[in-house]
Amino acid sequence: MKLTLWTYEGPPHVGAMRVATAMKGLHYVLHAPQGDTYADLLFTMIERRDHRPPVTYTTFQARDLGSDTANLFKTACEAAYDRFKPEAMIVGASCTAELIQDDPGGMAEQMGLPCPVIALELPSYQRKENFGADETFYRIARALAKPVEKTARVSANLIGPTALGFRHRDDITEVTRLLDDMGIAVNVCAPYGATPADIARLGAAHFNVLMYPETGESACRWMARDLGIPHTRTIPIGAQATRDFVAEVADLAGVAPYLDESRLRQPWYAASVDSTYLTGKRVFLFGDGTHVAAAARIARDEIGFEVAGLGCYNREMARPIRALAREFGVEALITDDYLEVEAAIESLAPEMILGTQMERMIGKRLGIPCAVISAPVHVQDFPARYSPQMGLEGANVIFDTWVHPLVMGLEEHLLHMFREDPEFHDAAGASHHGGAHVANDAGEPPRRDAPDQEKQQGAVIWLSDAERELKKIPFFVRGKAKRNTETFAAERGVTQIDIDTLYEAKAHYAR
Amino acid sequence: MTRATAPTSPVSGCLDAPVLRERGQHEVFCGLTGIIWLHRKMPDAFFLVVGSRTCAHLLQSAAGVMIFAEPRFGTAILEETDLAGLADAQEELEREVARLVARRPDIRRLFLVGSCPSEVIKLDLARAAERLSARHGPSVRVLSYSGSGIETTFTEGEDACLAAMVPELPETQEAEFVMVGALPDVVEDQALALLDAMGVGPVRVLPARRADDALAIGPNTRFALTQPFLGATHGALTRRGARHIAAPFPFGEAGTTAWLQAIADEFGVPQERFDAVTAAPRARARQAIARAGAPLDGRSVFFFPDSQLEIPLARFLTRECGMTAVEVGAPYIHKALVGPDLAHLDAGPTIAEGQDVEKQLDRCHAARPDLTVCGLGLANPLEAEGLTTKWAIELVFTPVHFYEQAGDLAALFARPLNRRAALNREAAE
Repeated sequence: MKLTLWTYEGPPHVGAMRVATAMKGLHYVLHAPQGDTYADLLFTMIERRDHRPPVTYTTFQARDLGSDTANLFKTACEAAYDRFKPEAMIVGASCTAELIQDDPGGMAEQMGLPCPVIALELPSYQRKENFGADETFYRIARALAKPVEKTARVSANLIGPTALGFRHRDDITEVTRLLDDMGIAVNVCAPYGATPADIARLGAAHFNVLMYPETGESACRWMARDLGIPHTRTIPIGAQATRDFVAEVADLAGVAPYLDESRLRQPWYAASVDSTYLTGKRVFLFGDGTHVAAAARIARDEIGFEVAGLGCYNREMARPIRALAREFGVEALITDDYLEVEAAIESLAPEMILGTQMERMIGKRLGIPCAVISAPVHVQDFPARYSPQMGLEGANVIFDTWVHPLVMGLEEHLLHMFREDPEFHDAAGASHHGGAHVANDAGEPPRRDAPDQEKQQGAVIWLSDAERELKKIPFFVRGKAKRNTETFAAERGVTQIDIDTLYEAKAHYAR
Repeated sequence: MTRATAPTSPVSGCLDAPVLRERGQHEVFCGLTGIIWLHRKMPDAFFLVVGSRTCAHLLQSAAGVMIFAEPRFGTAILEETDLAGLADAQEELEREVARLVARRPDIRRLFLVGSCPSEVIKLDLARAAERLSARHGPSVRVLSYSGSGIETTFTEGEDACLAAMVPELPETQEAEFVMVGALPDVVEDQALALLDAMGVGPVRVLPARRADDALAIGPNTRFALTQPFLGATHGALTRRGARHIAAPFPFGEAGTTAWLQAIADEFGVPQERFDAVTAAPRARARQAIARAGAPLDGRSVFFFPDSQLEIPLARFLTRECGMTAVEVGAPYIHKALVGPDLAHLDAGPTIAEGQDVEKQLDRCHAARPDLTVCGLGLANPLEAEGLTTKWAIELVFTPVHFYEQAGDLAALFARPLNRRAALNREAAE
């Protein structure tokens, strides 16, 4: 049993729904009690979909338990087939139905429905949403994809994009364009937009582009093994990764690499002198493994940030993320506990967070700017405009997105110089944000960790003049300055921090 | 527009209308959702759901916008190991609660909230609550109730929570009035002011805002409900000897007047005093409804089942705003509670209990109502088909009761129609 306040991933059947909702002509019969229908609103509200997810919930109640939940499932399957006439169906159980062990897969198989029925086994008490999506798509591909003749023209499948994905809609467009520029056609994009008939001809592609390992890796591995289709390993997020991706694709497809960089602005924007202020800003990265890995390289190599810490919430990606952290000389944080992430951020005191909507909350509370790089998604992650993460336009979008929450170069200097200006003060935040950023939320509950921390640091006391001086340091570096000074004092056995201690520490830590 | 006749004339309306009972896919939330407003109503309470990742995900998604603070609710997520041996689950729960209580010393009331999985594995939360009360009391009182989807629909979670509090309340012989239902503080204060001005009192409120607010129940207690979904709480209070004052629910000018009148009659408030207290707010409410509700006049409305507020709201919209009801669907119909509202609902609409969402969508498509009141899962798909919708959940999250909110309530329904007109989509259709 584990206490959870916020969760990064939903249950595995929500992952299955992301696959079903992304596809056309597929229907999902989910053995579940009534409340589980809340998942519909994820798609209709957060993603603003104009159709209900193709899901029938059996809606069993307490009085059905032990009597006819199995019958209820059969009736629901029949009614769903009759009403929607899907090309194929997937059937499975939500967490509660898993406990009553009705075996939806077995029952559906015996019903002899006039379409392929794919049974899902998604262990709700062990696994989570990404696993659910990955496993569901793998089962669908395995059941429906057959060896078929290759397309005459070199073609690729795009594998992994789902409903409720972080910018999947626009990444598909961008990757399709990258391939098209090299004369490579898209055979099937799946699950996003694919029908069961499309899945049947996955084998016609010459190779697969694995866009999101979180949701497409099992299917790609199966296709590599059973259909002999190789897949890409590079995720084209960032300018350099896009170049690497083009080289990998050229190799797999046996064509000449080609990338039209005329629409890529990000490297010049990063090189432009106004971006100097980005140099060495300490960033903390957290999200799904794929996006964090890509973002870490962009942060260090393309923007010039210093990666102060990184981690991911999906344990499936723990190994590559640990390896990446070693390469960056930091400790990897692999956890799905929001409070642990918050504690890590608090202790590292980065100048910026590249995270999820959860870290945006943390950042808001701690007064640290945050840009969102990964799911879990929020309605804001489905902008009306074209806004990919992948490819050349993705690199441009990422530059804008990351720079936006920061206080810009000259403004940062002005804050340093005139700290008590009534308009240009710390709590006002970046001037282009309309005063929305205030370091601490009003009405915040008492800090639960505070007593412990104070006890630990109880030995070091800030004298009032030093404390006043500390307040003159702009908010976005104040946390770091405070921490550094305290460490500096503690290392030297100094118990009282005065102005001299503060400036000695500053000199000591000066880069 | 003075359609607002005080519903006191003896009419049967829809009281004896046949009820279409349906059994199929329910497109509704489970009772856990009530935690979203209950934790705000009771600032010293924490709601600990004992359930699955799905429960945690539901609460997070239903909250819609994430709350920028540590919320006073959480989920103890059952894992494979808990399912294997039940003795463990009890111990694990005690450990998690001890940790929680240590971290949040501001908590005075802790609700262990049962979920579908905890009900199915028969995890005894009542026993756990007793043990935890003994361990953490008297500073923390631990209670349990079920918000599971196999037993409760949406607002029934609040009902189960309030009903769980009733047996714990101290006994009294005082002739007190208890107003039952979680209302926004501003609305609650307005109601208390009206009752006070009429000389009704002492008045208590269930749920009390704070654990140590004086609230006791006994044979001389009389109570009125402010929400139509409080059937179990009604039962629990009745079992303690308290007497229910039946009335239409206090929505709109007429509903509020009828609700107050029933209480005034019960407490022997002289009619002149009643009229003096209510005259000004009644006039304000009527004016506000006339202004805000003008776009509703002559339009048709279709209710999908959601919060059990459907029947009282249909009464308000048809009686006070000039709408015609096509179908009024409710998850459950407690005639003992909504009877007075049903009686004032003109015969005609289909009255439906339960749901088969596909069949109901067929009926909705056929009727093409001017306004469809439905849940968030259905709203955008119906809008895309050209129907105008009102999210039902907003009716639970917004102050809509009593006189001063009567205009706001009409405005909530009018806004989608105004918006469609403003976006000029009507011209294109």
